[in-house]
Amino acid sequence: MTTFLQQLVNGLSLGSIYALIALGYTMVYGVLRLINFAHGDVYMLGAYAGYYLSRKLKGSEPSLVGALLVMLGAMVFCAIIGIFIERFAYRPVRRAARLTLLITAIGVSLFIENAAQLVFGPDPKFFPSLAPRADFLVAGVRLTSEQLTVIAVSVILMILLRFFILKTRTGKAMRAVSFNLDAAKLMGISTDRIIAITFALGSALAAAAGVLIGMQIPKIDPLMGINYGLKAFVAAVLGGIGNVPGAVLGGLLIGTSEVMVVGYLSSTYRDAIAFGILILVLLLRPQGILGRAQKEKV
Amino acid sequence: MKSNVLRAGLLIAAVAAIVLLPAGCKRGGGDEILVGEYGSLTGTTATFGQSTNNAIQMAFDEINAAGGVLGKKVRVAVEDDQSKPEEAATAVTKLINQNHVVAMLGEVSSSRSLAAAPICQANGVPMISPSSTNPRVTQVGNYIFRVCFTDPFQAEVGARIAWEILKVKKVAILSDVRNDYSVGLQTFFRQHFKGYGGEIVAEQSYSEGDSDFRAQLTQIKSANPEAIYVPGYYTEVATIARQARELGITVPLIGGDGWDSPRLWEIGGEALNGCHFSNHYSVDDPSPAVQKFVADYRKRFNQVPDALAALGYDAARILADAMKRAGSPKGDKVRDALVQTKDFPGVTGTITINNERNAVKPAVVLKIENGKFVYVTTVKPTGT
Amino acid sequence: MKALVRAVALVAVLFVVSGLLTGSLIESVSISPYFLQVLCLAGINIILAVSLNLINGFTGQFSIGHAGFMAIGAYVSSFLSITFGDRIRGVVSFAPEAVQNSLLLLAVLAVGALCAGAAGFLVGVPSLRLRGDYLAIVTLGFGEIIRVFIVNIDAVGGARGLGGMPKLANFFWIYLFAAGTVAVVTRIVGSSFGRTLIAIREDEIAAEAMGVNTTRAKVLSFVVSSAMAGVAGGLFAHYLIYLHPNSFTFIRSFEIIIMIVIGGLGSITGSVLGAVLYITLTEGLRQFAQYRMVAFSLLLVILMIVRPQGILGHRELRHFLGKRRRASEPPPPAVAA
Repeated sequence: MTTFLQQLVNGLSLGSIYALIALGYTMVYGVLRLINFAHGDVYMLGAYAGYYLSRKLKGSEPSLVGALLVMLGAMVFCAIIGIFIERFAYRPVRRAARLTLLITAIGVSLFIENAAQLVFGPDPKFFPSLAPRADFLVAGVRLTSEQLTVIAVSVILMILLRFFILKTRTGKAMRAVSFNLDAAKLMGISTDRIIAITFALGSALAAAAGVLIGMQIPKIDPLMGINYGLKAFVAAVLGGIGNVPGAVLGGLLIGTSEVMVVGYLSSTYRDAIAFGILILVLLLRPQGILGRAQKEKV
Repeated sequence: MKSNVLRAGLLIAAVAAIVLLPAGCKRGGGDEILVGEYGSLTGTTATFGQSTNNAIQMAFDEINAAGGVLGKKVRVAVEDDQSKPEEAATAVTKLINQNHVVAMLGEVSSSRSLAAAPICQANGVPMISPSSTNPRVTQVGNYIFRVCFTDPFQAEVGARIAWEILKVKKVAILSDVRNDYSVGLQTFFRQHFKGYGGEIVAEQSYSEGDSDFRAQLTQIKSANPEAIYVPGYYTEVATIARQARELGITVPLIGGDGWDSPRLWEIGGEALNGCHFSNHYSVDDPSPAVQKFVADYRKRFNQVPDALAALGYDAARILADAMKRAGSPKGDKVRDALVQTKDFPGVTGTITINNERNAVKPAVVLKIENGKFVYVTTVKPTGT
Repeated sequence: MKALVRAVALVAVLFVVSGLLTGSLIESVSISPYFLQVLCLAGINIILAVSLNLINGFTGQFSIGHAGFMAIGAYVSSFLSITFGDRIRGVVSFAPEAVQNSLLLLAVLAVGALCAGAAGFLVGVPSLRLRGDYLAIVTLGFGEIIRVFIVNIDAVGGARGLGGMPKLANFFWIYLFAAGTVAVVTRIVGSSFGRTLIAIREDEIAAEAMGVNTTRAKVLSFVVSSAMAGVAGGLFAHYLIYLHPNSFTFIRSFEIIIMIVIGGLGSITGSVLGAVLYITLTEGLRQFAQYRMVAFSLLLVILMIVRPQGILGHRELRHFLGKRRRASEPPPPAVAA
């Protein structure tokens, strides 16, 4: 039983990471109907930003404040990157065919991955210890401070996001844009600005996920965004793409099922699980768990 | 319409121009002997390739300074396989077809050696692997050699570490399912350990490149092993050690020569204290040949040479020696000379190549203590 | 009759050319083995690009899992030639070795293509109900699942790679199949079935309204496309004589996408051009290998912004060669907005 609970905890902490990344996918899809392939790579950039920032802090004792600063720094960095990508790669093709958008997204993703390999070097790097370490034993289940941090920070960020979307004017504008871009424009909403903010928010969350993963795993490499990004995308679809709580639910479900399969079955099917779930979802209930069915109009 | 034809024509001309660019293929011949080397200079096992490459460079520089081989200087053409088997195949094809090398040195990883060996065999280019330990490598054909021991023996050493040195009876195995080396080692380990009377209480696997092993480790922990055999490569092993300690697993880990890397401690840190692994040589070996090698390497590369470097050094020198004995750099003659290598004085021991084109050598057991690999004992292969 | 004459002439020309290139015809005339390899890889890429274009460019369905079908063709044909190669050869043991090898190649390629086509059917039927982005992701997912399954099958070496197949493919066979692929796809596109596909691309709902069985058409083109990818895979395997699952990741699928996008999504000539350009630039700039993908991806993005229809758009070679445009042919439409 304790093993099962331990695996559950493992799954929840992995799932929180997926959830944070999935939020970015879902928000961007909500406003632009675009699958931002490059989102996983923004997550990778966040991890690297965190890496270089934490090396600046080298020498000083690992501390909670230091960790927080590193995360904030990475989030700001990636928010800017997100805005940049939107402005220069996606905005020019916003009105083009869906195929064109998708290819552009693929192009941006490949570009970031390969540029990162050039700039950072293709070999993996290892995060230094950020926050002070401590382990807790609860009912035979071992919780590392890293896992607790991941879960706690994810929960806080998700609550903040929900508050932002539901209670602020900008959040309301975001929801309006996701319903109908042109109508929102007619209502006087500056859609370009809202879209930029959406990208910034999504990218910041991905950066936070990157730093958290760096603290937990601690290996980072330029291609880490591919796997995590794809699985987080599956999570977003599972929960209902465009649906914020759905992304969180999807992330936790994917993370937990992955850990369970690896632990109880075999690690070789680890990557196939997410895709298998994706295909099942798309075939049986394409709108996801919490999404609403979209009718296609002529 | 006409301008389109013009544009198309220009395009084709430009393409043709670019295509003719790679006209400069680096051939050997004349006053030079060109030897090919393929290794993982980048990627998940980057230190393997870099160490081997450093040592090979050093070996041939020494040989060239002493007059070269058969009066000619030896030059090495190096290709990076990025730690990927399919790239190893491409690299070797390029070295043989474009650079026309007369012999091949590489690789460390058995999977990558297995990818490249059929190509060398088919082209009659003798290949010497410095450190691939999986028995299948030399079985590819009679042009494929190695200068290190093989995994059935290394796994036996691992089993003896568990049974005789750590004195444990229950061991769990965590191996890399994507890797011939790891799969081979764990198969033979299981045979030997059970043969002594030990018990394998849990078996889990991972894939090279994975970074999260908590699921597997949690399962292993529930089986209560007294030690864990982790016959993988250093990047994953170090991460496994860290995550194991975080999950509360305190038993020692046992491994093989895939652990040998300066980055092992860098990544794993204190989690590795008390762990043992089998290897090809020890830096602390007092023999003068070894100490000279260590000193020279240290001076030139600012690093203590690991076993991969030592084996690369030996492989390069054995190749040169074979060419001298054959009196010619031609593939078939070098091959015949290699088979007859007897009692070659290498820094990893006295090397004799047997009929299976493997080297029969002892292994050392090393223990990790505070960043140092401490020599524990030497194990000779049974029958010697 | 004319078609038969043309086909025989093509085979003869190919025979002579390949003989010249490999030096088996005239002793002293040959090109470097490296150059020959580049040409052969280009030929395989042509098959992949043209077959993918049938689905992406002409039917307008966005499939990014092509590498999976290539993998199936590669592994099935290799497994057969390794395990049953001698037995198959034994059937025609009276014939000279060249004929034996040719027969073996054709046999394993046929089975490989069949399996790839079957996989295309299995993937296509459920997936092609989806549209646009979702279809793309599902095909990507299937491509990866196929790869993961191959990694787990020990009989084909799994993650450790597969080697030992005979080197049956060469310039002649590769370009024969490349020419065949181009011919087949051209015929399909020019037929009424092809017009169905284009109708689906332009407006699927309108096509349904016109009575077209869109699902059947989409699945059919998907199966044909996958089978051709299987042939490419088989040729790939028997040319490089080494297979590894890592050669069939979605990166490979993306590379094929890049080829057809650069060439022009609705143009067969464009796909050929894109394939040749891609492999040429890849090999020609091998020294700058690290910058290669950076440059290609940047090029892709810029291309999408500046000229999304690629180099040739919807035009074919005959548009440049024919002085008078056939009156019945409407001007090529712009890429749908």
